[in-house]
Formats: sequence, structure tokens, C-alpha cells
Amino acid sequence: MSEAAAIQDPRPLGPVAYFLCLRGIVWREALRFLHQRARFVAALVRPLVWLFVFAAGFRAVLGVSIIPPYETYVLYEVYITPGLVAMVQLFNGMQSSLSMVYDREMGSMRTLLVSPFPRGFLLTSKLLAGVAVSLLQVYVFLAVAWFWDVRPPLMGYVAVLPALVLSGMMLGALGMLLSSGIKQLENFAGIMNFVIFPMFFASSALYPLWRMKEASPLLYKICLVNPFTYAVELTRFALYAQINWLDLAVVAGCTAVFLGTAVLAYSPSKGLIARRGGPGGGA
Amino acid sequence: MVEGCGPLALEIDQVSHAFGARKALDNVSCAIAPSEYRVLLGLNGAGKTTLFSLITRLYDNASGGIRVFGHDVRRQPQRALRQLGVVFQQRTLDLDLSIMQNLIYHGALHGIPPARAKRRAEEELERLGLAVRAGDKVRKLSGGQMRRVEIARALLHWPRLLLLDEPTVGLDIDSRQSIVDHVQRLCRDERLAVLWATHLIDEVLPRSHVIVLHRGRVLADGPRDRVVAEAGASDIRETFLRLTRDGDGDGDAVDGDRAA
Repeated sequence: MSEAAAIQDPRPLGPVAYFLCLRGIVWREALRFLHQRARFVAALVRPLVWLFVFAAGFRAVLGVSIIPPYETYVLYEVYITPGLVAMVQLFNGMQSSLSMVYDREMGSMRTLLVSPFPRGFLLTSKLLAGVAVSLLQVYVFLAVAWFWDVRPPLMGYVAVLPALVLSGMMLGALGMLLSSGIKQLENFAGIMNFVIFPMFFASSALYPLWRMKEASPLLYKICLVNPFTYAVELTRFALYAQINWLDLAVVAGCTAVFLGTAVLAYSPSKGLIARRGGPGGGA
Repeated sequence: MVEGCGPLALEIDQVSHAFGARKALDNVSCAIAPSEYRVLLGLNGAGKTTLFSLITRLYDNASGGIRVFGHDVRRQPQRALRQLGVVFQQRTLDLDLSIMQNLIYHGALHGIPPARAKRRAEEELERLGLAVRAGDKVRKLSGGQMRRVEIARALLHWPRLLLLDEPTVGLDIDSRQSIVDHVQRLCRDERLAVLWATHLIDEVLPRSHVIVLHRGRVLADGPRDRVVAEAGASDIRETFLRLTRDGDGDGDAVDGDRAA
């Protein structure tokens, strides 16, 4: 019996098949993104408003002293640009992970999960596809910021790429994890209030941590345990062609933990899908 | 029932599944031979979708065993899933992408190179009379056309077992008929095993095998005429109503979609 099965079985999936699968998932995400121009514009306008309006207003109020990686006094616009880059990734990560589970994407999740590739690989590929889309948003934002006189060294634009991939993975995996666990966060407004805003404000995105420390030691401690702070700082240093090892270690560690837990949550034997009676809720 | 000596296309062995306290499947067993067409008949909520979710490993069966061409879906999910083509109850095509893009994406999910997936998709679309529309966005298609594209997609990776979960729901009579005919032909010509879940009695064709699932339990399993005879009824409709009559009157639902 098993012999008969073996004869008719297709060959096992090799590395090439894995590559084709990953490429296909990224390709689809890119196609979808190109079709959603409104989403692209929104993703771009958000950080630009912060840069043009908020930063201009705060320039006079907030002085930023010389702190690494900057070698001179920098304008406030220059300081918050890495934070805004991370914000683009934060929004993108939450948006793609949540849509994956809750809205119309539910159907496409089913088709994804019946693929014969291991589920961990499929979910990681899906995250990478989301990151690829966020990269596009980030680089367009950085190009606009360049005209606004935010001009990191040329090498920085290259060096920031791996940092963006890693922090994008971390934020996407976090979104995936949240979507698998917390029922109350089903709509995006909830995610904005309870995840995106607290993470963004209680971090080094808008103000250096030493300033935060002066204002409130408690808030300072919160910023220090916020993984988003490390994503911002990793991006900030990378944009000036430097590596901050602590940030790298924290972001890499968080990525591993979030992704591992998310994959577990999506495994057939436990987690979300079984508890809810399947995607779409159909019994 | 079992022809030849090869493994069964699908073997479900004493599978139970519960969501919390509610038992969705209760000791379900059945077997489908290669190239057999079998209808899984049950009302909404009978457990059809749960059974499909277990076969496609959206979640694990806690008890019993499910084997696809001899491969246990829990122990050898990769081998089992590669033999499976699935058409889900809900629409799962990407509306903003073209038909061809949807199919090539599906090919990638099975490790098929784009060029090969494209050729294969052209073949399948040709057979469905949709070849000229390959470049159209899915959004522009009618419900029946979308379904046919989903069937083409489910067949793209050369599966040997096709699962369809209420594939004709919400379609007009012509579209329904053409989809039933198409899948019948596939079963006959391509020697494809088919498990067709429905609550519509007129989709149980004269010579087809039928499994009656009700409240998570298999009430009958066999060739249509035998099932009818065993129930002492005059036709499959009466059989079904007798088997599932337990005082709640939702037998009416059987006819509910006929006019849809």
C-alpha cells in the first residue's frame, strides 16, 4: 500500500520550491499594495505630517543636545526622522498582520495555510512580504525627507536596510501575535489606542531618553522596556552607518520570541484557529 | 467500494471534534476510493466544514485518524496536503488581482515555477472556457465564474483528491449545473477523487455515493439507492428528511436554496 503511494507521490519540496513559495508570497503582497494606492498615500502622508508640521512646531521648544550617533547639534526634524521611519513600519506591521486575520484576508489565510509548506515558513514569508512593502514606504519617505534637509550619509541609506528588515519583522510578528491572542483588539482603532500610540509615544522616537528621564523616571523605565525604542535606535544608528549592538540584540531577540510564539499560536493543535472554530468562524 | 489495491484517497477513521462543550463531529468514519465521486450531505451546522478543516489541517483532530492516499495528515501533513485540492465555502480569490495572477500565486504556494503554473493555468482555464479572461481582474467575474476559477486553482498542483465545501451556494441554477457537470467530468476523465459537501439534495446524482452527516454523526453512507432502500423511503429527499427529522423542523432548509 505504501509502495503504491510512493510511486504516485510527487517529489519532496526542495530549496528551490521554498524559494518559489517565498517569492510568490512577496510578489502577491507587492501586487496588492500597488493596487491600493490610497493605502500608500496614507502611509506616506502620516510621517510627512509629523515631519512638516509637528517637528517644525517643536523645533523651537525642544533642544536636542549632541548624542550619538549625531556628531553635531541636529535639528529636531533630523532627530525624529528615524522615529518616523519606525512609525511607518509599526503601522504597516500592525495593519498587515491584522488584516491578515480579521477582514477579507481571512479567506486568503485559508489558502495560505493549506499550502504543503511548513506553517512557520509560510507565516515568516507572509511577514517578510509585509516588510518588503514597508521598505518601499520608508524609502519614499526618506527621499521626501531629503528635500526637507534631513540628509543622513549616503552609506546610511544602505546600512539601514538590514535594520529595517529586522525591525519590520519584529513589529509584524508582534502584530501577528496580538491578532492571535487578544479578541478585544479586533479593529484597528483599538490597536491604535492600545498598541501603536503607547508604543510610539513611550519610546525614543520623539524625544531622547535622557529628556524623558528628566521628565519622569517611571516613563523612562517604560521606554526602556518598550521594544519599539530599540527598533527606533537601531534604525537611527544604522541610518548613520553605525551599529548599536544592544539595540540589535534586543530587536533580534524580540523578533525571535514574537515570531516563535505567533507560529505556535497558529499551529493546528493549539491557538487561535482551533479555539475559534476556524478562520471565518464557520463551524 | 475499494477498487484496486492502492491506498484510499481519503480515509477518516473514528474522528471526533469539539469546540468547547459543543461536539461538532462525533466518531465519524468514512472512506473514499481513488476516482470516486462522493457527496457529503448535511444541513448547515452538520459538521461538514469542521470535517473539511480537519482534513486540510486548519486544526488538528484530537481523536481518530485522517489519511489522504495513505498519509496521515498529522504525521505527514506535507505529503497529505500536496494530494489535496480544496475549494472553500467562502470566496478566497484576491479580487484586485487578475485570474492569472491568482493562479500563479497558488502555484507558488505549491512550489511550482511561474512559467509552469501559467501553462497549467491556461490549460485549466481553457477547459472552463475562461481562457480569454485570464488577464481580467477577479472582481469583474460573476459568482459562477469565480467558483470555476477556484476549481481551476484547486486543480493547479495536480491533486488527486478534490474537496469542495458547498461550492454552489449562492449561484443561479445554470451556474450550479455547469459546476456539477464540470466536477463530474473531472472525476470521470481525470480519475480524481471528489468529496462534495452540500445541503442541496438535488446535487446527489443518481449513481453517486452519499454520506449523510447530521449533528456531527454519520447517519448513512453508501450508494444513493442503497441508502434510500435502507431508510425505507421512496427517494433521497424523503430519506434525508427521515434521517434528520428530530423535531426541530429545519429539514426545510434542504429546499431553501433551490431557487437561489
